[in-house]
Amino acid sequence: MAHTYTPGLTVTPRTVISKKRILPIPGAILAEQGKTVASAEVVARAELPGKVHVVNVVNLLGILPEDLKDFMVKREGDRVEKDEALAENKPFIKWFKTEVRSPITGSVEAVSSVTGQVILREPPRQLDLSAYLDGTVAEVIPGQGIRVETACAFIQGIFGVGGETWGELAVIASSPEEVLTADHLMPRHAGKIVVGGSFVGTEAMARAKAVGVRGIVVGGMHDKDLRALLGYDLGVAITGTENVGFTLILTEGFGRIPMARKTFELLRTLNGRKASISGATQIRAGVIRPEIIVPLAADEDARGQVSSARQERGGVKVGDPVRVIREPFFGRIGQVAGLPSDLTVIPTESRVRVMEIGFPDESTAVVPRANIEVIEG
Amino acid sequence: MTSPADKPLRTIVATDCGSTTTKAILIEKVGEEYRQTYRGEAPTTVEAPFEDVTRGVLNAIAEIEELSGRKILDGEKIITPSGAGGDPKVGVDIYISTSSAGGGLQMMVAGVVQSMTGESAQRCALGAGAIVMDVLASNDGRLPHEKIERIRSLRPDMILLSGGTDGGTVMHVVEMAEYIAAAEPRPRLGMSYNLPLIYAGNAGARERVAEILGKKTALTITENLRPVLERENLVPARNKIHDLFLEHVMAQAPGYKKLIAWAGAPIMPTPAAVGLIMETIARKQGINLIGVDIGGATTDVFSVFQGVFNRTVSANLGMSYSISNVLAESGLDNIMRWVPFSIDEQDLRNRIKNKMIRPTTVPQTLDELQIEQAIAREALRLALGHHKTLATGLKGVQQERSISDVFEQKGSGETLVDMLKLDLIVGSGGILSHAPRRLQSMLMMVDAYEPLGFTELAVDSIFMMPHLGVLSTVNEQAATEVFVRDCMIHLGTCVAPIGQAAWGARVADYTITFPAGRVPESGTLTFGALHLFPLAVGEEATVSLKPARQVDLGAGRGEPVERRARGGVVGLMLDGRGRPLHLPAKDEDRIRALKEWHKALGLYPA
Repeated sequence: MAHTYTPGLTVTPRTVISKKRILPIPGAILAEQGKTVASAEVVARAELPGKVHVVNVVNLLGILPEDLKDFMVKREGDRVEKDEALAENKPFIKWFKTEVRSPITGSVEAVSSVTGQVILREPPRQLDLSAYLDGTVAEVIPGQGIRVETACAFIQGIFGVGGETWGELAVIASSPEEVLTADHLMPRHAGKIVVGGSFVGTEAMARAKAVGVRGIVVGGMHDKDLRALLGYDLGVAITGTENVGFTLILTEGFGRIPMARKTFELLRTLNGRKASISGATQIRAGVIRPEIIVPLAADEDARGQVSSARQERGGVKVGDPVRVIREPFFGRIGQVAGLPSDLTVIPTESRVRVMEIGFPDESTAVVPRANIEVIEG
Repeated sequence: MTSPADKPLRTIVATDCGSTTTKAILIEKVGEEYRQTYRGEAPTTVEAPFEDVTRGVLNAIAEIEELSGRKILDGEKIITPSGAGGDPKVGVDIYISTSSAGGGLQMMVAGVVQSMTGESAQRCALGAGAIVMDVLASNDGRLPHEKIERIRSLRPDMILLSGGTDGGTVMHVVEMAEYIAAAEPRPRLGMSYNLPLIYAGNAGARERVAEILGKKTALTITENLRPVLERENLVPARNKIHDLFLEHVMAQAPGYKKLIAWAGAPIMPTPAAVGLIMETIARKQGINLIGVDIGGATTDVFSVFQGVFNRTVSANLGMSYSISNVLAESGLDNIMRWVPFSIDEQDLRNRIKNKMIRPTTVPQTLDELQIEQAIAREALRLALGHHKTLATGLKGVQQERSISDVFEQKGSGETLVDMLKLDLIVGSGGILSHAPRRLQSMLMMVDAYEPLGFTELAVDSIFMMPHLGVLSTVNEQAATEVFVRDCMIHLGTCVAPIGQAAWGARVADYTITFPAGRVPESGTLTFGALHLFPLAVGEEATVSLKPARQVDLGAGRGEPVERRARGGVVGLMLDGRGRPLHLPAKDEDRIRALKEWHKALGLYPA
């Protein structure tokens, strides 16, 4: 049977996910191999060098850079307190004495006799790295981090904003078509990850922020609402560091698009369970998609039976469920009805490989294979 | 491996390891000519699960083996030289490669004065094929702690520090070095090695810079890239960037040590190789040219004017990954002016965002194609605008003035890009190379660049310019022969008078004399009209134009012009839409004009 390979987004009730948790600079590893960790647990810690402050002492004292060292009260490596004298001049009359005081508490990093600058550094900041997932430490990478592994339900979105968070899933929409509105969001949703249907607008997002929702998972949104949320027009698809009050994950794309039924039904079965989510998206080599990870309970752990979703991808066959991801059939979900092997001329006059798709209303369409996505799982 | 000097090259295999695809081409000497004969491609394998770039290279070469019947691989080795065991269909004489995998070469540069050494350092890094993440300078308006925070947060592959002419300021260069040292910069890849830093500033500050940065970075000192204000000396620093790219950056990427060992010439960053072939062609043919490579994430622009090469990269102007940024930078109206129908703004914005998050999709309907080509016009236009601001004469240089300059004084640092002196535009990248009709590629470039007078246009057939660039370092003849015969698809010539007139008014009378007895064409080019005359590849026509009083064709207003124009797969285009090109302000007039132009040229299917 003819088949093709078109990567899609994974939606699966059971798989094993493994996440590397790596510090930005070398540090100490606090977790032990084989031990169980919870998402909020600190598994590694590093000391980020403190913020640097530059004080141009020669300008303040009216001296030459080469003479600076003679006027310094503090030396390189010395600790200083805020407002403590760093340097002072030596006038004949004490009243005319000028002192240059430290703007921070920290240490003297460098004294330059070329530029006349004194560089001060604040004490190091502690950076804690959390486990992000409830799982087991599968590997310790000395000095760098760990790898956490967990058996879980796993759903990839298409686009997100905001970083990692975790909380209880609350499926609010009654169907994949239902719009998530401000009226749906109640104080009881504080700290939760809410799941809507086809769409979320500005008003509902404002309400979510006010209520203290940790995450929103929904089919689509308008570009204008994303601009309003971020305060700028997102030009390049790299996200994950935004601070908008919650993490947002779109499962389908931009516009009002019902969530794929398979995704919605899986989320509904997971209602009330703890999920770890991330909105980080990067669409380039090394694609990163937003994700919803719901660890399985110990008695559900069917580790022997599951395999990585990635390994299951064999290609697209007639009968597979697919989603069209470009106009004129954008957002529609159907089944592969045929996979002609010859190149076909489409209305733009491009010659491309196509696929025949049958939709639930029994209509059919011919679509470039590049414009469909397999619903995987 | 046999060195190129030992044996004349007859068979060459070259790869370009891109972010997503590794493209391999086979070049063979057919008779007395070098020709590109077969190509293969495979996904790049720098990232998990493979984490070895050579896997993708072997796969791409294996595809060539299948197509050509030539045995090139012996297990996981490339057989060199060709003719091993007496069989001419075994092996190749040399393997060469370029690479932009893993995001290419990302650099930060620093100088003292932003518009002088800062810009020179930027030109140097761009010319070496880098993406410049930021330009730091003493006068860049940022406070010291802001500079330090920026250096720390960027994590580039390499830093280029310049500043001061030889014998000039030491203090400001040392100040920049102190900021870099205070930031304790870490490299992008790997945790265990020091960040490479090239110092190419005032020779008098070397000792101080070495004291400050010697222990905190992998410091390399080279000649000052701006030894005197009047002259740039970019080559030594550019060479050092290439050396460090191989020694540090590439060596950290998975599989590259093996790849470097296979290659018979140093592996080059992809854009550096493209720049090199452009420079070579411009020099050999004695022409001024602009080359553009519009990709999914970035648009690279190369130019050679009066022998001076410049490259810029607009890191966030592209057709998929950064398509939304084209909209953000150009504005919706500028995109919509090229679209011959109305569309709801919200719908269009959602469509563009959907293309960004699903970058591999293709337009299925004509409307979608027209929208994508409209966005491409704006990306091309903006990228050339960026290029013009950096491809300039040196700023801060004293100029001698004569009495003739009284009425027209130009400051130093004028752009070198003179569209009237431009001979050739070469386009590359999916939207240009794979447009359903070649005419669409030609008009996209004409609309975006607004060439003046006579300008030839071409597209790169299968994006083999990187391969040819690195090949030119080994065998220039082979590289230029393949470039002319197999790489470039000549589209034709655009003739565009400069000036404005009332819609339908006479712009110029023209006579076109064709070769070999074809009946000449003559007529009047009116304002707002576009004409296309078939003129095949390899053919030349003589175009005589008598412009209206206010119209200039390069010889001055109203002055007649006669020039030879070369043909191509599209032909000869007479563009009477005026320069600068203004589209009608009213929507209905604009849409009517666009439809007329499209119909006159046969741009889209009826």
